[in-house]
Amino acid sequence: MLRDDGPLIPLAGATDLYVALNFGTLPATRFVDLWPLHGLRRIAMRGDVLSIGALATYTSMVRSRLVNQRVPMLVMAAREIGGVQIQNRGTIGGNIANGSPAGDTLPVLAATDAVIVARSADAERRIPFAEYYTGYRASVLRPDELIVAVEISPVRGRQWFRKVGTRAAQAISKVVMAAVRDDGTARVALGSVGPVVARIRQTEATLRAGGGIDAAAATLAREIQPIDDIRSTADYRRQVAVNLLRQFWVETEKSGSV
Amino acid sequence: MASSTERAVGRSVARKDGIGKATGQALYADDLAFPGMLWGRTIRSEIPCGRVRAVRRAFDESGFTIVDYRDIPGRNVVALIELDQPCLVETDVRHSAEPILLLAHEDRERLATARVDIDYDASPPLLDPEQSSVVFKHIRIEKGDVDSAFGHADLIIEGTYRTGAQEHVYIEPNVVTAVPEEGGIAVHGSIQCPYYVHKALVTLLGDAVSHVRVVQTETGGGFGGKEEYPSMIAAHASLLALKAQRPVRIIYDRTEDMVATTKRHPSVVRHRTGVTRDGRLVAMDIDVLMDGGAYVTLSPVVLSRGTIHAAGPYRCDHVRIRGRAVMTNTPPNGAFRGFGAPQTQFAMEVQMDRIAESLGIDPVRLRERNALRSGDTTATGQVLGDDCSALETLRRAVKRSRYREKRAAGAATGRGVGVSLFYHGSGFTGSGELRLASRAAVELTERGVRVLTSSTEIGQGTRTMHAQIVADALGIPYDQVEVAQPDTARVPDSGPTVASRTCMVVGGILQRAATELRSRIGGMSPAAYFAAHGPLRIEAEYEQPDWIRWDDEQYRGDAYATYGWGCNVAEVEVDPVTLEVRPVRLTVATDVGKAIHPALAIGQIEGGTAQAIGYALLEHVVMRDGAMANSQLTNYTIPTSLDTPPIDVTLVENPYPGGPFGAKGLGELPMDGPAPALVNAIRHLGYDVREIPALPEVLLRHANGSSSSAPWSAVGGVAPSSVGASPS
Amino acid sequence: MRFQLNGRDVDVGAHPLRRLLDVLREDCGLTGTKEGCGEGECGACTVLVDGEAVVSCLVPIAHVEGCSVTTIEGVDAGRLQRAFMDEVGAQCGICTPGMIIAAMSLGANPTRREMQRALAGNLCRCTGYEAIFRAIRAADRARASVDGAQVEGAATTSTATDR
Repeated sequence: MLRDDGPLIPLAGATDLYVALNFGTLPATRFVDLWPLHGLRRIAMRGDVLSIGALATYTSMVRSRLVNQRVPMLVMAAREIGGVQIQNRGTIGGNIANGSPAGDTLPVLAATDAVIVARSADAERRIPFAEYYTGYRASVLRPDELIVAVEISPVRGRQWFRKVGTRAAQAISKVVMAAVRDDGTARVALGSVGPVVARIRQTEATLRAGGGIDAAAATLAREIQPIDDIRSTADYRRQVAVNLLRQFWVETEKSGSV
Repeated sequence: MASSTERAVGRSVARKDGIGKATGQALYADDLAFPGMLWGRTIRSEIPCGRVRAVRRAFDESGFTIVDYRDIPGRNVVALIELDQPCLVETDVRHSAEPILLLAHEDRERLATARVDIDYDASPPLLDPEQSSVVFKHIRIEKGDVDSAFGHADLIIEGTYRTGAQEHVYIEPNVVTAVPEEGGIAVHGSIQCPYYVHKALVTLLGDAVSHVRVVQTETGGGFGGKEEYPSMIAAHASLLALKAQRPVRIIYDRTEDMVATTKRHPSVVRHRTGVTRDGRLVAMDIDVLMDGGAYVTLSPVVLSRGTIHAAGPYRCDHVRIRGRAVMTNTPPNGAFRGFGAPQTQFAMEVQMDRIAESLGIDPVRLRERNALRSGDTTATGQVLGDDCSALETLRRAVKRSRYREKRAAGAATGRGVGVSLFYHGSGFTGSGELRLASRAAVELTERGVRVLTSSTEIGQGTRTMHAQIVADALGIPYDQVEVAQPDTARVPDSGPTVASRTCMVVGGILQRAATELRSRIGGMSPAAYFAAHGPLRIEAEYEQPDWIRWDDEQYRGDAYATYGWGCNVAEVEVDPVTLEVRPVRLTVATDVGKAIHPALAIGQIEGGTAQAIGYALLEHVVMRDGAMANSQLTNYTIPTSLDTPPIDVTLVENPYPGGPFGAKGLGELPMDGPAPALVNAIRHLGYDVREIPALPEVLLRHANGSSSSAPWSAVGGVAPSSVGASPS
Repeated sequence: MRFQLNGRDVDVGAHPLRRLLDVLREDCGLTGTKEGCGEGECGACTVLVDGEAVVSCLVPIAHVEGCSVTTIEGVDAGRLQRAFMDEVGAQCGICTPGMIIAAMSLGANPTRREMQRALAGNLCRCTGYEAIFRAIRAADRARASVDGAQVEGAATTSTATDR
């Protein structure tokens, strides 16, 4: 249908798209409703890969033993996405498709090198998260493809997640960080400090090379491009991102993490 | 006469509207059905300043009712204090979102998609109140000789303090339905002051209507945001309804409500205070600036209350307070719980802590030394009576919160603690109540008695509290008292439901009316008298206490009949990584004279405190080109349940003899204290904040790192933003 | 669109993208569910769909096909509603239907934190949430004493726990 009758906007939990539609700011008028596709809700292991169906809600991820075991920081992200009502309907596929640089699950997917599974009428392909977004709210997903799942391989090391929002609940993030530390190396991803959620590779390189946290903090301050907007300032985002990196580094030094 | 069982006053009796609200059966304005109703929509200016050159309707007009300024039969004004605000733009645009054209249609979809293109000649807007020379109102309060008194001060402390706008966020947005009836018009809506709307519609519609009737429907929150604004939306709905000769409902979505309606006046307050070494206030020079927005609306009165409270609940022989409310090309600001006092008392209370710092005196000790006592005079020269509770509320809150112990433990615990002391005049200022000449009535029914006032229930418990007062005044059970819906065709004008006057002033009038009724029916029960003699209605009018003297020219004398008093102690933590302020506990002690309904009184205090926490920490109105840019609840963040700390309330009852059963005003008092208490707690942790909202971005600018024990608090590592930094 | 509404089967003819909120209020005449924002932030429109709390302003009617929908008019929450009345958990009342429905997800003896989390998606501007917590606790105590009485009635050696 996507291939032949497009353009069609896929609709899942409706917690993002529907607001724009109802406020008249969404130019699209034709949708394909994915909500009834229960097969896409499944959370299961495929070998040692955790597969989370695109229509898995935040609540189902929070309750999933598999998610809690493999990627507890995804549970943390899911619990902070909004009130219970939003968690009951919002989906991880929706979060990916919406592609907001403030999407709370996205740094987790970036930091764990998750793979996005996209299916079309003829084929299925696996797209590493790092290759998925091409720019602000733009991705390599083709109009005839649907996101059907996201896959997370075993995560080596200690996981760390923190969202800094405009208030304690129901908040869009000002800065959001997910990170995994394996001894001296780290995979660190930040949201809300640039047009896309991305790994901060230069900062990671500084850490990996043994440069120390101060040098890494300085690298980070230069590497990200936060902006002023209605929620916060570039200065604040930059300073807090640096502070989060330091907090992560100190807290994952000791035993345990999340 | 049926002997009264238990007295109602002083007990937390069942709310008159409790069942309806708990079951969802209570009917609010948008729950009502009117046959043949059309929906209305307001087309608004997209620029903040300029002229309209052309209005082009680019849609299929079949089925539409269209109204512009030429359709106004009376005067094109929304009458309030001044007659300067048009109902619909004629040519001049003075603020963004100013209403230009009205549309109505049966089909909401067609209504929403109708395209109107407007050409403007834009002019440069005046957006900075500090640059504005258009003054809506000047006020000057003088006591003693400030200039020479500074000569006797050991130390002079100066400070500038800023408060931002605040949006009410009543959960029910503005909504009214106008219905043509018998040659006139009836408006049913979410309205705090039906008679304000009545007056505005009479001026607007003139001879085009035989009568105007305004009916308040169950209202989902007001907080002042539905005090004067409903006159505008009612005017729009009425014009459409009269032209269409069909009912018309206008309901704002949340974005329109946030962008187009009134907000709390932003303020800049400058203090210059002379003190002695041992902490006595000897001279206070205060300058108050309020941003009124594009039209006068209620700015003179907000300024009035703000300046009168600007010197705080303190004794000082030499005071000068100069206030001005100025114009900017932004949507007019208006009434919001506290009405000027939260702004000026924020400034005063942070200034007090800075004075304490400068002198090396404990902030509570400084306040004890200077707090007003019975027999002292205020800045306007009012001598305070026995119902002066500044010291008592201070001591209660300080003791209960264990302020001293926590303050001494200090920043080392990572927990800041701050205090504020405040007061709030009950009722209208000076001669205001006399001018209102409010009236209230009670009448017999088959089952008992009915209360008739234009006071509105907006959550604070008006119906319940009035019924309690009348029940006890008559000596009958509370259940025998019903309260009439405020409908201007049926109830007298009791004045607006504002200014913390609904209990003290209107309740007082009701008490007299009920007492008179009681003497008239002798020993019979109301129902029995009704059965034997038929209807009986007693109406009473406000009587000013005979000792009140107020000079409106000089701004001297008895500003208010009495005051509520309060003290807040706030405890906070500041996250060193994010600079987020987490309120941990708010301790409140307030003197309300008499709590007619203790649970309602505590509920008002808890709710007002929470609203003030939002004002202090979370609620930031972001303006871009003279319009609110963050006009969604996603981006204008009021406190959720997770943002609100435990609020511990102690009620003090120091009765005011002139209030029913000793009651004073209470609705707004809770708004005055939390913001400075929270900022003083933040200051305790080393952040020199002098503005609200005290956002993390603000703390970043003021951080000096003294509280840090964590390695990541090197906040000096990045140059702070200079945008909006306040001069010290 | 066929679904169960407050225990009854209904069939509503509506465009699949019509908001559940509007279907309830306008097509079904159930005005107890309120609109406060239209963006899923305030929670005043909260209803239960298959027992889960959702904001009905963000649910297209197509998504409740075959589901069970419960609104304030049909919810079995008498104890909680009575507690809201006794503790003055409602002031203006506009948030109350959504608040009560959201509160129903709480288990026994909830902590303050648990209550805060369950209600984080429901904004109240009047109460400061304290009275709402008091109401929830009062309802919980009432439930506990009923349960306790039933346990005693069954005759065992243990005494009813006083929470």
